[in-house]
Amino acid sequence: MSTPVSYFLVVSALLFSVGTIGVLVRKNALVIFMSVELQLNAVNLALVAFSRLHGNLNGQVLAFFSMVVAAAEVVVGLAIIVTVYRRRQSASVDDFTVLRG
Amino acid sequence: MTAEQLVFWVFAPISVGSAIAMVLQRNAVHAALFLVVNFFTIAVFYLILGASFLFAVQIIVYAGAIMVLFLFVIMLLGVDRDESLFERLKGQRVIAITLGVGIAVELIVAIRAGIGFATKGAENFDAVNRGGNAEALGRVLFRQYFFPFEVTSVLLIVAGIAVVVLASQKRRIITRADAAAAAARREAA
Repeated sequence: MSTPVSYFLVVSALLFSVGTIGVLVRKNALVIFMSVELQLNAVNLALVAFSRLHGNLNGQVLAFFSMVVAAAEVVVGLAIIVTVYRRRQSASVDDFTVLRG
Repeated sequence: MTAEQLVFWVFAPISVGSAIAMVLQRNAVHAALFLVVNFFTIAVFYLILGASFLFAVQIIVYAGAIMVLFLFVIMLLGVDRDESLFERLKGQRVIAITLGVGIAVELIVAIRAGIGFATKGAENFDAVNRGGNAEALGRVLFRQYFFPFEVTSVLLIVAGIAVVVLASQKRRIITRADAAAAAARREAA
């Protein structure tokens, strides 16, 4: 292992910030959701890098759990987007100005 | 420069570049494809970091299952048109990018202050991965983390039920074609 662990953390930080910008800037609900996935992946990468840094597998187990939760979250989130699309005929968050169904 | 460093320096720019390209793409399908590239590069990073099991899981779960789901929903809803560049909140884009760059700088400063840029991983990682990464991970997962592991199965069942409930609501107008057909029926009646 000759690459410093911190390089992976820097990549992870950059990916997380790009994901944050995506969530704040984009309007398509699906693309916002993809940016959230990018953030989750960035944090997973940081967890695995820390696991390597400390020389135990707890970080990898946590990354594994976060993948499971992310899979469940994607399924529910996409179902919500499909349901909202049925009502409003739009996937742009600019059109979702009221929470009332 | 070792092979490992070479792999890192080839894939790190691809990773960050594909993430930026994903945010910049106005078309949702292109954004999803750039996200697949990003997921693959992250899988390669897992491999360099000695997490070969997570490498496989990343490709199967993220690049496989989750992205197929995303593309399926994009196609189903037909939202693959270009997004409008109109800003409802004036200056939102500039402020968001400033804040995003700020968080990147802050995180990098925190990494430098926390562990420094030259810190290498622990030397004994091959011993940790004794019997292969999957076996070692299984040992930790089924001994130390057995209860959380069982709880995730409940979580997956709850998510499955939630999706069935959400998706099987009383049928309303579903597509534009359906809406047009419904309007035609009303006119005929």
